[in-house]
Amino acid sequence: MLYALCFLLFVIGLYCAVVKKNLVKIVIGLAVMEYAVNLFLIMLGYRAGGTAPIIGRGDFESGTEKIVGAFLNSSVDPLPQALVLTSIVISLGSLALLISLCVRIYGKYGTFDITEIRRLRG
Amino acid sequence: MSRMLPAFVIVPLVAAFVLPIFGTKGKSLATFLANLVTIFLLVLAVLSVGQSCVYEVGSWSLRVGIVLVLDGLSSLLLLAISVVSAAAMLFSVRYMERYTAKTKYLSLFMLMVAGMNGVAISGDIFNLFVFLEIASLASYALVGFGCEHEELEASFKYMVLGSVASTFILFGIALVYGNTASLNMAYVSKAIQSNGINPGLAFALALLIVGFGLKAALVPFHAWLPDAHSSAPAPISAMLSGILIKTIGIYALTRVLFNVFGVSLAVGWLLVVMGLLSMVAGAFLAIGQWDFKRLLAYSSISQIGYVVLGLGLGATLIAMGANPAWASLAILGGLFHLVNHAVYKSLLFLTSGSVEMATGTRQLKEMGGLAGKMPVTRAVCTIASASIAGVPPFAGFWSKLILVIAAIQAGFYWVAVILVSVSVCTLIMYLKVQRYVFLGELPDNLRKVRESKGSMLIAMVVLAGLCMVMGLLLLVPSLKTSVLDPAVNVLLEGLKYSDRVIQMCSSQGKLL
Repeated sequence: MLYALCFLLFVIGLYCAVVKKNLVKIVIGLAVMEYAVNLFLIMLGYRAGGTAPIIGRGDFESGTEKIVGAFLNSSVDPLPQALVLTSIVISLGSLALLISLCVRIYGKYGTFDITEIRRLRG
Repeated sequence: MSRMLPAFVIVPLVAAFVLPIFGTKGKSLATFLANLVTIFLLVLAVLSVGQSCVYEVGSWSLRVGIVLVLDGLSSLLLLAISVVSAAAMLFSVRYMERYTAKTKYLSLFMLMVAGMNGVAISGDIFNLFVFLEIASLASYALVGFGCEHEELEASFKYMVLGSVASTFILFGIALVYGNTASLNMAYVSKAIQSNGINPGLAFALALLIVGFGLKAALVPFHAWLPDAHSSAPAPISAMLSGILIKTIGIYALTRVLFNVFGVSLAVGWLLVVMGLLSMVAGAFLAIGQWDFKRLLAYSSISQIGYVVLGLGLGATLIAMGANPAWASLAILGGLFHLVNHAVYKSLLFLTSGSVEMATGTRQLKEMGGLAGKMPVTRAVCTIASASIAGVPPFAGFWSKLILVIAAIQAGFYWVAVILVSVSVCTLIMYLKVQRYVFLGELPDNLRKVRESKGSMLIAMVVLAGLCMVMGLLLLVPSLKTSVLDPAVNVLLEGLKYSDRVIQMCSSQGKLL
């Protein structure tokens, strides 16, 4: 169910990026798509009632095997979180570039409407 | 070699951050340093030929860490990347003088090279995505580098489609991780072999094909390419058409299809169909163009079609269980065409830049009679045109010949017919270029045109020389066995890739 909602968010973003005529709305659509994917990655590693995937110094007193077992049973998957951090940084960079392109285009053409920004054809 | 592997990424990455420090005053020094870096990478790539090794980043083991993998296919690609980037950088020395902020250009160029090298040697599917984004972001910025109306528009279009593609790829990677619990290509491949492809993985594969297909500008996804490639500065067009779409599109796609998911009949046919569509549509669209660089850009779509067709035929033949020699010939044709196209298409874009710089226009109808004014540019352009059209002694002939032989041998006669007829279309479109740019009457306003000088000429002549001798890669047995055959074998071995990487990793571990 949650996955379906997440996919719906992705499709909404895609629709917005493909159909809308306003540059800024296209950028918002792209951002929504990226958030949907980030959300999906986080849900992959989520576990209801899970603990943070951190082993403190005190935990080692009870023996390695026990810790590993407890870790596997209770903690959330840390890897997707690392991936999401990376992907957020990347999307930050790409959004900044997109927005600055929008600003420059507005300066040149005086409009955000893509139907009026079409010097390239053929 | 294993210890040198990170240098492919680190050296250009460090250069990208150091070069802008020089600012406008030290720009000649910065340009010199940038050229040193590209030449160093070229040497490194030549040294890497025929080697295969694994580098574990931060000494984390293969299971948990990130690995860099060098094998035949990667080193073929690294070679192509470094040849094109060295030539484009040499060309930029003079060409980029008319733009402001040259050091920023150099920095973005280096970032793009770092990203592409990273894609070529990454053994980890998420890491591949990160490098792919580095290369793409640098290329978006470089397309819009001139900040004029057309450039900004092209850059925005390119960036929107590129971001959609990246998001698709990331979604695909997330699904792969969810279904196989690994991101390392070798272990993902292992998991797929033991559990089979479930619906989630099939969806991931579809997303990855669409994403990489968008990046490679295969035909249903090609809309952005003509705008982006014709609006960028000439050396960047050379990089984009020559190598970027191949690295982050074709290479990433084939690596994932052949070595991680394994080929199937459906995917093989999909590649064949997309390849044929790109070839035919690209060629027909190119013939009607009157903008020099736009014509070249459409012809890139057509040529990418050849590469994908060769790889797709190989995949289909492997999946059908046909004679492995047939599949190997088709893949050889595709990969050889990839390298050839990198050389001659970047040369064509450089000549278009040289002509544009001299005449100030890209419209074929406004030029003419430049043969007498620009003899060297004319000569190298003729060589490149002959190569791309498949005239016998030059580069393109050999790869097209192999593709045609492979198609006939496997019994796909109609594919061979299409291959040859598209080749004729290519010849027509480059005769048109020759006719309108270099022959005919010299318009009055172009009387004072001068030949371009210095580094621009050197870059073009070197690439033209390569065009003439590329056939040797195929004809000289020792070169063929050291450069082309290992790359073909990587794709032929398919899913055995995972065993090889794991074994290579463990054997290196024992040595240390």
